[in-house]
Amino acid sequence: MSAEQSLTGRKIIIHDMCLRDGMHAKREQMSLEQMVSIATALDEAGVPLIQVTHGAGMGGNSLQHGFAPHSNEEYISTVAAKMKQAKVSVLLIPGLGTMKELKSAYDCGARSVHVATHCTEADTSPQHIAFARKLGMDTSGFLMMAHLNTPEGLAQQGKLMESYGAQTVYITDSAGYMLPADVKARVGALRAVLKPETEIGFHGHHNMGMGIANSIAAIEEGATRIDASVAGLGAGAGNTPLEVFAAVCERMGIVTGCDLFKLMDMAEDLIVPLMDHMVRVDRSSLTLGFAGVYSTFLLHAKRAAERFGVPSRDILVELGRKKMIGGQEDMIVDTAMTMAKERGLLKDAAA
Amino acid sequence: MKKIRCALIGSGNIGTDLIYKIQRSPVLEPVWMVGIDPESEGLARAREMGLKTTAAGVDGLLPHVLEDNIQIAFDATSAYVHAENSRKLNELGVMMIDLTPAAIGPLCVPPVNLKSHAEKVEMNVNMISCAGQATIPIVFAVSRIQAVGYGEIVASLASKSIGPGTRANLDEFTYTTSNAIEIVGGARKGKALAIINPAEPPMMMRNTISCLTDEEPDQARITASVLEMIKEVQKYVPGYRLVNGPLFDGKRVTVFMEVAGLGDYLPKYAGNLDIMTAAATRTAEMFAQEIIAGTIQLKSTEVAA
Repeated sequence: MSAEQSLTGRKIIIHDMCLRDGMHAKREQMSLEQMVSIATALDEAGVPLIQVTHGAGMGGNSLQHGFAPHSNEEYISTVAAKMKQAKVSVLLIPGLGTMKELKSAYDCGARSVHVATHCTEADTSPQHIAFARKLGMDTSGFLMMAHLNTPEGLAQQGKLMESYGAQTVYITDSAGYMLPADVKARVGALRAVLKPETEIGFHGHHNMGMGIANSIAAIEEGATRIDASVAGLGAGAGNTPLEVFAAVCERMGIVTGCDLFKLMDMAEDLIVPLMDHMVRVDRSSLTLGFAGVYSTFLLHAKRAAERFGVPSRDILVELGRKKMIGGQEDMIVDTAMTMAKERGLLKDAAA
Repeated sequence: MKKIRCALIGSGNIGTDLIYKIQRSPVLEPVWMVGIDPESEGLARAREMGLKTTAAGVDGLLPHVLEDNIQIAFDATSAYVHAENSRKLNELGVMMIDLTPAAIGPLCVPPVNLKSHAEKVEMNVNMISCAGQATIPIVFAVSRIQAVGYGEIVASLASKSIGPGTRANLDEFTYTTSNAIEIVGGARKGKALAIINPAEPPMMMRNTISCLTDEEPDQARITASVLEMIKEVQKYVPGYRLVNGPLFDGKRVTVFMEVAGLGDYLPKYAGNLDIMTAAATRTAEMFAQEIIAGTIQLKSTEVAA
């Protein structure tokens, strides 16, 4: 039996990332009106889960991650009030966001959460996962930069998150580094150890052009939740492009419950026109995927490159070499300054 | 020269590292180590280093406080038991240095406010958090020159240096440090971010401090103030090093620091733990010097009626 046949009739839950990961691609500058028009179109297209927050999630408004024009509470409550069927979800990274902020998101109408940690640090999330469950939220543990841990290591980390109360565990390819075989090994290792009722999710980035192939590979190994984003609006070369993924699913007989043509229309008419830059695989985003660097670093590295005269590709490769992980955006400017000093482009303040 | 005799509560990494630092001090002497597990490695190590030990918690220490003339105690246990430990020891006139997030007493960052705590003979001072010790001196160095509306710090920590207590209670770290950026650092609003990085070999502790000044920053004066403050911290944490900055961007001032530990008991990359034990030792020394000089006198706290 071929893989295509075996997936026929398989039901998966699509989780849109335009209004969260997409915030990175918009340098966190999205208006309430833009959020509402996109969320309404997603709702009408039958997308069941829509993530809405600052790109870095709860607590994201900061010098480190940029200030959005509105608070998370304003975005969430404005969008949630307009939804007919879709649920609003949020991102919470312990160390950045707190339980107070999660409670406030819940009060604004959020009903699902990705509690995210680096792929080796699941034990920083027990309080937050337990608290999300206590609030009655649909709770996922979200293991970021998953290419930096082995399948066995991820299985252990996922097991921890499950023990805290996570109902879904995600393999998160934050760097868009993985190839389908990497995804299969990781999802398969999780499936082997998690309880049958615990779902597995996959969150891809398209930096190596593998977003769709990787998502299908994840489904083949038992993933039932796929994060994607219409027209790929997201960090780096974007997330798995939702309308393309939906089309592939339809051809393979995978059931998403989404209206393909409505998604295609909104990609063309709504999302692409509001992009500040074409979200696609280009020299810099390909460097992210190739070197295994956190996708959100892209625009920060471009800004640091302009300011300090060190090419962004050089900065990104150095960040990869120094094993910097998501959240260490401050180290981009720091690394650029150190490289600029080494190249005689900058003087030491203390000198 | 006379030394002030100390007890260490908590026989984990922090407590053990404290033994080394206190043994080096010209004014402090480590006498007791308090644990709760008779089999613990920390207690065995303390005995080897010549300390008296008890595995009966603080209650095991209390009968010996007066006869052994214990005047300062360091608490490296947890926020949950600190309040009781502090109450019992304060009653016997022992001054407490709190390395837990309990923060019953005033927050202490040595180069910023230690002198005033010693003058007031505070019987319990709190050392905030590792990130607080590493970043608040810089926030203060900016705010003493110009008003700071917002101070934000990002602490990157080696995964191996973060114990289970901190991991399970990250929100506490966030709240405690954010609050101290305001109260001690002098920013009207403070925010703290923590990143735990598992890279091998482990990365040194890094801290990025950003301040938004109300007016255009006076670059020369702020740079001078920051460099002077770094020298002050280096007196007790030699591995406290400016990597980049101060960087000026409109009203934003950013300073990039690295903290290497002394490598006493904890490895050098764990600058986050080292700066806590070093700051706690520095705090105890200031009180000890004043006690020895006779300028302050510790008094037992009255039992609340």
